[in-house]
Order: sequence, then C-alpha cells, then structure tokens
Amino acid sequence: LTKTEESTSVYSGSVDGSLYLMKNQKEKLRMTMPMTLSFCYLALLWVREPITLSELLRFVVEGHIPYMNVFQHFPEKMKLCGLDLKIFCVESWPLYEEVFNKMHELAAFLDLPRFPDITESCFLHPDMLCMKYLMEANLPDELHNWTCRVVKKIGIGEVDFLTLMPGNKSTRKVKYDVLAAAVIVVVLKLLFLLDDHYEWLLSEFAEERNKNNTEGGPYFEFKKWYEVVKHSLDVEQKKLDEEKAKYLWRCEKPLFYSVKNKSKVLKRRQMVVNLQNQFGKLSGSVQRVEKPNPSSFQLSWSEENTDGSCFHGHSLKGVLQEKCGLLTTMNPDYWLCTVKLCNEKLCGHLAHYREVEFPQSYHFVLGLFSFLLRIQPSYIHDEVCMIEHRLFNKKLCKKLKYNTVLRK
Amino acid sequence: SSNEYKLNFKKSKEACLSYIQDALLQKQWKRAAEFLTCYVESLEKDYSREHIGPSEMIWRIGTEILWHHSQSRMKEFNCFMEQMKTLGVKRYLKVCLEHVFHLLCNGQIDEAYQNLSLAESWRFGEQTAIQDKEIKLIQAYRGLLDYCSWSKQKKILLEHGEDGFADLAVEQEMHSYFRKAAVNLKEIIKIPGVWDVFVKCYVDLLEFYGEHNEARQVLNEYAYNSKFPANPNAHVYLYQFLKRQGESKKSLISALKILHDIVPSHELMIDFNTMLQKSKKRKKRQLGLEVIFAALDYAGWKENAKAWSCLARQVKQIVISEKHLDWIKQEWNSRKDWWPDFHFSRYLAKRNWQENKSLSYEKALVAGILLGRDCKYFKYVSHQGCKAQVKRFRMLKKFVTRHNPVYLKISG
Repeated sequence: LTKTEESTSVYSGSVDGSLYLMKNQKEKLRMTMPMTLSFCYLALLWVREPITLSELLRFVVEGHIPYMNVFQHFPEKMKLCGLDLKIFCVESWPLYEEVFNKMHELAAFLDLPRFPDITESCFLHPDMLCMKYLMEANLPDELHNWTCRVVKKIGIGEVDFLTLMPGNKSTRKVKYDVLAAAVIVVVLKLLFLLDDHYEWLLSEFAEERNKNNTEGGPYFEFKKWYEVVKHSLDVEQKKLDEEKAKYLWRCEKPLFYSVKNKSKVLKRRQMVVNLQNQFGKLSGSVQRVEKPNPSSFQLSWSEENTDGSCFHGHSLKGVLQEKCGLLTTMNPDYWLCTVKLCNEKLCGHLAHYREVEFPQSYHFVLGLFSFLLRIQPSYIHDEVCMIEHRLFNKKLCKKLKYNTVLRK
Repeated sequence: SSNEYKLNFKKSKEACLSYIQDALLQKQWKRAAEFLTCYVESLEKDYSREHIGPSEMIWRIGTEILWHHSQSRMKEFNCFMEQMKTLGVKRYLKVCLEHVFHLLCNGQIDEAYQNLSLAESWRFGEQTAIQDKEIKLIQAYRGLLDYCSWSKQKKILLEHGEDGFADLAVEQEMHSYFRKAAVNLKEIIKIPGVWDVFVKCYVDLLEFYGEHNEARQVLNEYAYNSKFPANPNAHVYLYQFLKRQGESKKSLISALKILHDIVPSHELMIDFNTMLQKSKKRKKRQLGLEVIFAALDYAGWKENAKAWSCLARQVKQIVISEKHLDWIKQEWNSRKDWWPDFHFSRYLAKRNWQENKSLSYEKALVAGILLGRDCKYFKYVSHQGCKAQVKRFRMLKKFVTRHNPVYLKISG
C-alpha cells in the first residue's frame, strides 16, 4: 500500500486528509474553514458588495451563511471521517483578525492585481460607512459633515489609500468598518472632548436651552443620548450573552471518527435528540422561532417615536460656534489616546488599550462600536490612535510614519 | 461577558451551565429546562476529563428540573432516569440508588423494590468490584424495604391474633421477610458509617425474635467503636434499649453520660438529671446538677417548665440540707454574668407569668435562691402570685425570704 492508500483507508475519508494536516506545519497558508471566509470576502471586495467584514462574520454566526456545520450540505458520496473532522468541524466563531490577515496573505499568494477602486460612491468608503454607523449609533446627522472633514483632512478617503493592492507591504491594510467607527469616535472627541466632565457640561447647557426654547428643533444633549443608547445596548448585550450560552454547535448529521465508533456516535445523537425534545417541551412557551432574516442594522431608531429617543435630527448648535465665518467646535481641547504609537509589526498593535486608563465616556463609545462590529474595543482604539496621529502630526513633532504631506 | 466577541464550544457550554445554575437557584424550572435543552449536545463531546463531565451534569440538573417542574410527570421522570443509567457505567449504581430514593418519595414502594433488586443483580466486569460500596447500600435499602414488609405482616398477625385467628401464611411470610432483611442490614452496619435507620430496624427485628445479646452487641459497636463517626443517636438508641431491658441505673447512667458530653442540650438530659438526683452517690448528684445547668444554657430550653422544675427541685433540696452549697456556687460562677439577662429579665418575668404560671414558679424559685429576693424576676413573679392569692407563691416567698442569705454565699 502506498502512503496515500494507507491514509485513506484508515485515517480519513478524504484521500489526503492526514497528509494534508501533517505537511503544512511550516507553510502558513493552509486551507481552513476561516480561510474560506477570507476567500469569500476577497470576492465580495472585488465586486465591491455593500457588506463589511464584520457583517459577514456576524451573518455566519447568526447562521445565514453555511459555515458551522457546512458538511451537512456536502453531496452524499463525500464521506468525512477521521482527520477530516479536524478540518471541517468548526467549534469556534470566526475571528475578525484571523480572517482579515489571511485575506491579505491569500491575495498576495494568488498574485492578484490591484482591486477595483474604492471611490466616494462606494459603500465601503468611510463617508458612506460613517453615515450608516451614525444612524445606527443614534447620533445626529449633522455629525456627518464632521466625519467627512476629518476623512478629507487626513487623506483616508483617497482612492489609493482605500483600494487593496495585494502584496504591497508599504500601505497599511484597511479595515473599512473599524476605520469608519474610529473616525466617528475621533469626531465625538473633537466636539465633546469625552473627558468625563466637559461632555456633561455641554449637555447641561443644551438641556437648559431645550427646556426654555422648543422652536427650531432640539439641541443634541449628550446625557439623554447616553441614557437612551446605553439602555438599548444593555438590552442587546444581554440578549447576545444569552444567545452565546444557548448556541448550538451540532446538527442532525453527526460525524464519526471511524467506522468503529459509528454506532456509539449515532446512539449518543439519538439520546441528545430525545433529551432536547423532553426538556424542550418543559421550556414553556419559549419555542425556538424561525431565524429572522439577516439584517444590516442591529440597532434602529425611528424619528416617528414621540418619546424623543431618536437623535438623528437633533442639532449640534449647542456645541458649535462661528469664528471668522467658519463653524468650529466650542471645545478647544483634545487629548490624545497615546503620545507614541507602537510598532505594529513587532507587537501587533499600535497601542494597548486598558479601560482603567481612559475616561468612562470614551470607553462607552468604544464599547458601542465594539458591539456593533463584534470586535474587541482595542481594535477600534488602534484605529483611533492612527487617525489622531495623522490629524495632529504637526503638533507631535516626530518623524512621520506615513509618507504624507504636512497639512495646515 | 460583555466585550468578548469570541466564542468556542467550551466557553459557550460553560456560560450555559452558569445560566442553568442561576435558574435552578431561583427555582425557575422552565428557564432551566430551556438552557438545559441547549446544553445536552455536549454529550456528544463527553471526554470526561473534567472533574464533573457533561453526562453527570445532565443527570443531576435534569433530575432537579423534572422533579420540581409543574408539568413533569413521574412517567417522564422514570424514562429520563433509565436513559441516564445508560450514560455511564461508573455511575450506574449511583443513578439507580437515587432513582430509588425518588420513587420512595413518591410513594412507589413496589417500583423502588423492583429497581433495587434489578440493580443488585447488575454485573459489569471489574466495575462490580469497584462499586462494591454502592452494592452494599443497595442491599441495605432492599433490606430496609424487607423490614417494612415484615412490619406490615407483624401488624396483620397481631390484629388476627386479637381476633383469635392464627394465620400461618402470614406468619411464614413474616419470617421470610425477617431473614431477608436481617442478612442485608447486618452487613451494612459492619461498615463504619452513620446508619441510624438501619440500626434501629435491625435492633427492632432482633428484639422481636429474642436475640437480645446480639442486639446489645450491635448497639455497643455502633456507639463505642471508634472507627464509627461520633453519633449522638447511637447513644440514644443504646440507652433506650437498656431501658427496655430493665438494666441497672448504673449502666443507664453510663450510657447517658457520653450523650451529655457530646450534646449537653439533648432532650434526654431531663431523664438523666432525674436519675442522677435520686442516686445515693454524692458524685452522681453533683453531676446531675451540672447536667441540668448545662442544658438550660441553651436557648431551646428557656421555656421548658420540666427542666426548670428539675433544677428548682435540686436547688431547693441543697438549700434545705445546707450541704453542698459549693456545688451551686461552682455552677453559678461561670453563669452569673449572663444568666440574669438570659433567663431572669423583667420582660421574661412578665411574659412567663402571662403564658405559663408553672414555668414562672419554678424559675422564680431558682432566681430567688441565686440572685436573692430583691432580684427583678423573683420580685415581679412573687408579687403577682401573691396578688392572685395562689398558695404556692406565698409559700415560695416565705421560703426564699428565709433563705435569702444563701445567695450571698453563692455569689460571693
């Protein structure tokens, strides 16, 4: 028997399962289930579909995209067993970082050319994504002007910055969703400072004004926004935590390691099904409803609500002032998340986020986008640091990390 | 946990268990069932490397839910237990035994017996030897149920006996149950442990058939063998047996002495004190005083009129004889700081008088002797008693007044 024949008969259903797992220790690009998502997203990026990576991964987790128990959909004759299970059995949610990094490795490996341009009218352009996230975060539409200004000022709306150039090591790989979220965070810092003091002060002024003057629409009050959004966020977070605890990893079609333990596996599956039925009946009226359709928005706010819980139309007049014919912020200050950026290539991050070192309001805002994008707050924090350093590079008096022209 | 957007199989099942635990603690059976439904798939990945694996979790949690859930029926419960028995060979007998307990709680004695018999006949290679203790327990409980049957037959026999009918069949059945029960009960009580119910039943059987020596041996072993865990009940059973056998006061006292050492607040201390007070030996009478004082240290005895009357009787007797006042002094020494507030406050005087005149009488006597006639308790009760023109209270007042100087000697 050749080595291949040996492996097929005993260790795996596939022809080369065991060989595949053995040989790829050194090579980093091994086909895995997460990598299928990298492939998928590369394709989505190529055709510039209006979907972000975080959305894709969320749809996977919500079960709209075959991934978790994908082998159920394989044709009958493809029998998996043995070491195939190590490849096809998924027992963890796909990680953004992992899928993202593999995506770029893959693009380089396949020697793909420059991807189609990401222009201002694209969904993935920060101007567009910021609009979406502002809506979802229940923030005033007027903030969009400010996000666009920041995007323009630091050049992250440029076609060459945004478009993927596989294999180009000098350009920073863009996480479109994280970038847009970070821009909003920076804008909030610009307008409200978010030092756990100033934003509440501004809010009090706005509250006073709103009490005494109801014509011309309400001024945006940070405090009210915080209360409304926090409440919804807490509710959704609690739901998510319960969903995580109730997450089902197996499906009707069981996998067995070898023919020997097939009967044992089938018996176990039968018992599991029996127990699920028995205790499912005792769960009361809580029946598992049909999966809701995939939704792009996790939080939604309607201006038709008379309780004033939608802030889209609120005005920023309370936090802006006119100076020399230009609209500028009342807030004169800004604090940097970090004075010195880390070397991303060495330690993997631009900065290291620790909740206790930052104001609560900042943490809250990071937490909000962290929830929407389903990623760690530290990833957003990294992008915020990057943006701030671009924005204030003159004031920092240090050697520029990026080959950009000095701005006013 | 918030801000964690990773998830893997292990973590999600851990979280699931945590929700189940919360639901169980709050008796939310529906919610617990909801989460258990999601947990059960971990059976398919039961490597049992954990200290407690998924199959044991599911057994225990499922049992709780099915036992308490309002919509759950015994039929479903039994069906579930049968499934659990197949889940782990190492746990088979334990599951059987717990199933039997539930059946007994539900009054299904016959089913319980059947299950015990079935479990007893289980064989599984080396597991049978490893689970030897569980087998012994199963046999013991079967013996217990045999005892119950014996008891029933005995009752029938005695009733027939009254009517003048001799029922041979019943008698033979009764003896057969005796043999089956005795064999198993005898075995389990050899192993060090707490076997109160088995011991009681076995002794009952032995006494009925006149095997008093063996009964005495069994009870002695149970009470005095140091390998067995300290168990006040063992001494109680021995005492009760000796009493039934009409043993000498000496052996009765020696049996209760140990009980006093372990559980000074035991209800038998009244009997003990009564016996000791009557003894001719000085040391025994002193011990009696010690015993009754010790019992009254406990809050549960505060309103026990019988205990107070024992103490009052003994104290009165000592005072009248004018001998051994030092006994009282010794007992009172460690108590004079806190007994007045604990037993003899004005509030208690009022309450005792209202609720239980006899109690207040006895207590007043003791208070009067220990604290003098001017103490709050005595003053109030004797005043009330004299006002109500109850004779014994007038006598009490005279007695205490006459012996008033005593309290000075005692507290001095």
